[in-house]
Amino acid sequence: MEFQDAQQFVVRSINEITNRFQKVPGSAMLIRYIQSSYQDDPVRSAIELILVIFFIRYLLAPSYATHKGNFVKLTEEEIDDLVDEWTPEPLVAPQSAFEEAENEKLPVIVGPTGSRVKLSNGRTVTNLASYNFYNFVGNEQVKEKAIQTLRTYGVGPCGPPQFYGTQDVHMKTEADIASCLGTEGCIVYAQAFSTISSVIPAFCKRGDIIVADRAVNYAIRKGLEICRSTIRYYEHNDMEDLERVLQKVIKEQSKKPLTRRFIVTEGLFEAVGDCVDLPKLVELKLRYKFRLMLDETWSFGVMGRTGRGLTEAQNVDASQVDMLVGSLAGPLCAGGGFCAGSTDVVEHQRISAASYTFSAALPAMLATTASETLNMLQTNPDILVQCRENIKAMRAQLDPRSDWVHCTSSPENPVMLLALKPDIVNSRRLSIGEQEKVMQECVDEALINGVLITRLKSMPVANGANGKDEGWKLQPALKVCITTGLSKKEIEKAGVTIRHAITKVLTRKASSKLALPAAS
Amino acid sequence: MPQRLPRNPFASSPSTVVSLPSSEKPTSRRLSNSRGNKLTSFFSSTPKTKEQQSAQAALLSAVTAQQQYLLNNPSPHISAPSLSLPMISLSTAKAGEANTDEPPTTLFQPPSVAEAKRQARVDAQFGPLGAQSHRYVSKHMGGEWPEPVIDEPPYYYLLTTYISYLILIIFGHVRDFFGKRFKPDRYRHLTAANGYAALNSDFDNFYVRRLKLRIDDCFARPITGVPGRYITLMDRKTEDFNRNYQYTGTYTETLNMSSYNYLGFAQSEGPCADAVEETIKKYGISSTSPRADSGTTDLALEVEDRIAKFVGKPSAMVFSMGFATNATSFPALVGKGSLIISDELNHASIRIGARLSGAMISSFKHNDMDDLEQTLREVISQGQPRTHRPWKKILVVVEGLYSMEGTMCNLPGLLKLKKRYKFNLFVDEAHSIGALGPKGRGVCDYFGIDPSEIDILMGTLTKSFGANGGYVAAEKHIIDKLRVTNAATIYGESPTPPVLMQILSALKIISGESVPGQGDERLQRIAFNSRYLRLGLKRLGFIVYGHDDSPIVPVLLYNPAKMPAFSHEMLRRKISVVIVGYPATPLISSRARFCVSAAHNKDDMDRLLAACDEIGNVLQLKFSTGIAGGADNPPDGVTPEMEKEWQKANGLQGVVTPPRWSLREVIANGVADVKQTLR
Ligand SMILES: Cc1ncc(COP(=O)(O)O)c(C=O)c1O
Repeated sequence: MEFQDAQQFVVRSINEITNRFQKVPGSAMLIRYIQSSYQDDPVRSAIELILVIFFIRYLLAPSYATHKGNFVKLTEEEIDDLVDEWTPEPLVAPQSAFEEAENEKLPVIVGPTGSRVKLSNGRTVTNLASYNFYNFVGNEQVKEKAIQTLRTYGVGPCGPPQFYGTQDVHMKTEADIASCLGTEGCIVYAQAFSTISSVIPAFCKRGDIIVADRAVNYAIRKGLEICRSTIRYYEHNDMEDLERVLQKVIKEQSKKPLTRRFIVTEGLFEAVGDCVDLPKLVELKLRYKFRLMLDETWSFGVMGRTGRGLTEAQNVDASQVDMLVGSLAGPLCAGGGFCAGSTDVVEHQRISAASYTFSAALPAMLATTASETLNMLQTNPDILVQCRENIKAMRAQLDPRSDWVHCTSSPENPVMLLALKPDIVNSRRLSIGEQEKVMQECVDEALINGVLITRLKSMPVANGANGKDEGWKLQPALKVCITTGLSKKEIEKAGVTIRHAITKVLTRKASSKLALPAAS
Repeated sequence: MPQRLPRNPFASSPSTVVSLPSSEKPTSRRLSNSRGNKLTSFFSSTPKTKEQQSAQAALLSAVTAQQQYLLNNPSPHISAPSLSLPMISLSTAKAGEANTDEPPTTLFQPPSVAEAKRQARVDAQFGPLGAQSHRYVSKHMGGEWPEPVIDEPPYYYLLTTYISYLILIIFGHVRDFFGKRFKPDRYRHLTAANGYAALNSDFDNFYVRRLKLRIDDCFARPITGVPGRYITLMDRKTEDFNRNYQYTGTYTETLNMSSYNYLGFAQSEGPCADAVEETIKKYGISSTSPRADSGTTDLALEVEDRIAKFVGKPSAMVFSMGFATNATSFPALVGKGSLIISDELNHASIRIGARLSGAMISSFKHNDMDDLEQTLREVISQGQPRTHRPWKKILVVVEGLYSMEGTMCNLPGLLKLKKRYKFNLFVDEAHSIGALGPKGRGVCDYFGIDPSEIDILMGTLTKSFGANGGYVAAEKHIIDKLRVTNAATIYGESPTPPVLMQILSALKIISGESVPGQGDERLQRIAFNSRYLRLGLKRLGFIVYGHDDSPIVPVLLYNPAKMPAFSHEMLRRKISVVIVGYPATPLISSRARFCVSAAHNKDDMDRLLAACDEIGNVLQLKFSTGIAGGADNPPDGVTPEMEKEWQKANGLQGVVTPPRWSLREVIANGVADVKQTLR
């Protein structure tokens, strides 16, 4: 019974299919062609058939080989054995002694941060480790504004900017920054640290060329790693070397199709503290037709008469900088980062910058705080003057006076980086690791004497990534952050404490180091 | 119609009640053979059988009993300071119905205008609970973890989808052809000029320029105010086809089905906001320093401690951004010589972190444990490419809840494989923390699995907690190591005190420490709403993806033109939804996504279902085949256990009928059926 049913079904479907096929226009022609060619030349038909089969197989095959050359075929038992045998390493390596000490010594602030802070061990110390340059943290006007925002917007926007996460306050902050800098547009990110790491890959694609300063900060390096462009480095802040590299790139590329080219550098360098020569940079960029990405994370809100950054300080039109990246989290005491530029540049990021598109928007109160503090700097530039006075006072205590360290920061940079003088490093043959230890001891010693400072922390660059630059090493340094929350007198006093702490550690070190055999 | 909002964006909320017979009124549960009666029963009351009447009577008495229970057990009020006075449940009171903050003696006085306004504003952020029966505990019921059945539309829709894209692409090229000649200005950023290469590649930009721009008004709609139960959109219009927008100065308050406000903590009133205000006064806005310098405050440590306790791990650390948490955690965990096996649908932040780590990356089919096992066997037996050295570590990365699919990871399956293959497991709980589990503690809680079995639990604080940032929780030695090797701790800004306080107070509420009862209410409301909406949509005939308890409810649209149409129709009904299409989803499966919140109540869900019902008819979206759920209830007297036999007896074995319930039946049966296994 059932077999017959099946047979009938098959016959019926074959009939149906033939019927349908015959209805398709051109089918008759195809059949005639096949019939006649078979009669004329059966071999040719066979070859054609093979070709068709091959073609179909080719279409269905995966577009790339799934196994590279040396795939070893194994039986199921062998695989089971190998699986049993495999023992992974622990997920994280044990902490080194230095790391352990670092964790232990991490200062914990109880209560609000400010120029004087209470630590978890009960002591109150002078805080020169925060980016609280203008002491906006304790500002009542700023707090008032934030509370108003809280009572209208809540805390988090609960969604990425492209999905109902954009609030009117974000648009206002963007407009405020753009008008303050004089650019066409601006886009606000939710975290300063991940801004530049997303801006770079949003524009730099495979085949593009990036020329970057060797001393660029960690976030920029991550951006360079993640984009697939070709990366060239030039010596830190050496405009002549930059020009050489640019010329070389132009020469190499002259035969190839035109690609995007970028210069990536910082305004004030996070790792060195010095300042880039922007007019020269813009001149070079225009001459060699590169686009300029400038990370002003450490200079926006710091340099210039009203804190508009390096462009204001060095009289460069901000629209000459193609992508100007800055932070709202540092001196502005809010949160988030931004990238200012032309409308095309800004709008492109809204859909292609990963940390903007795939992350929640900035909390409204941080956006309004940024607008507020930015406005305070614009309307009351005296705050900046006061901060610079304090920087001068601190510098006077340290740079020329200390026998051991020199300040690598530019004179207007409130983040003073103090590195060991080269002759000390040379005469004592201090490795990077040893210098780091010395610096940590200085930090500890200063804290004992009631001044909280910190040091520049280095991070290993992940291996196997794009754009490595093995040659360049960060020189360990102390980091002293100036604030207007302290009077000139207090700053000077803290400066003396820091100087003495350094001297104490290094004289102690000298004796222990001298005891070692000279060859070690 | 836009409503003008001069100052207060929350002045009044539109009526949220669907004009339908009260859903609490017991109606006959739908019989599979009662389809003919559908229309008549909608317009007139059909004569009831004796059986039905007695069922009704039983239900009625149940309702009365419940009301009695309500009177005895006032539900904790969500936003007002909790008073210890005995009074009628505030949650059941409608906005403006009674003056709820006064002692009972003045219960019948009309509320003052200011008070009514305040209450309306509170309700716009967090809706009052309609009835205690609108709660459900989100929990895996044991047994095999079911893979959601993927339903497919008739081929007609697939074909027209492809044709639509084809037409869009052809039109796009034609427009480009003429545009480049007659309006070169518009292509400024795509053409090389003055020796500079084009800023964007013409090819990459094609999709944005020719497809996305057409429906651009459905994205990035700016809002004002709190993204709570309602969300206030700023009205905008365009005169140049979405290239530029002009703001009209008016606002529209819409039902918010778009924000990741799972537990409804997006509020500008209530205990969280009060605590945050205090914190701003005490701490200021920012900690102005990375964690590793001097940005570690007592507040941050307290939050870390609480998060660790909450997720059930010994130690945790917080970051100021969830994206950066992933982007910096992978490089700190794995590196060269290690392998990351990642679900193919993992979030962009995971992919970026994996790439930055320098480890090899491999992926497996979404939620497919067999494919994962196959991959594991292959990579472990083959070792590292070329050298065949064994892998140092293998890290399998999954998400707890996938934000575009609404699916949960198969945690029991993963742990079974983990025992055998000894890999490390990283679970990104960005969407699941707070949103799943009887105590809101994420997927482990949901499946009743000890969190210690998972190596790394990561999550974000952006969603359920109404704050911002992310966390990583693990064994203490892992976190201690991460503290000194994770770049976001060393260089990234630390989370700000107000944000930390929002997390802290939300955590306290969820765990029942402050405002007892409210945490559970929130958890149970989102669980109920999720199931109720999902079941309702399936019964109406929509194709819905995801697991039953997931608060992310994607409704499949397929044709690209239906995306803007759906979004606009919803907006006309004052509901904001998110639509997603290619490239965030596969080309054909464009979808609309609803994010359910504890701030919604059943009325909101009904309003949404009613809107979907109408729009689904107009746009032809009801094409489910029934294989993925929404089936009719078995007739009265047939229990689920007996059902198989009953089907056999009636010759209905294996018959799947496309579910096309009427809205009325969906609403009438929803509350009761949500408590059963969904079918
Ligand atoms: C799985 C997953 N991880 C991480 C994130 C990023 O979180 P945040 O928005 O806090 O940056 C998201 C956000 O959408 C996500 O879905």
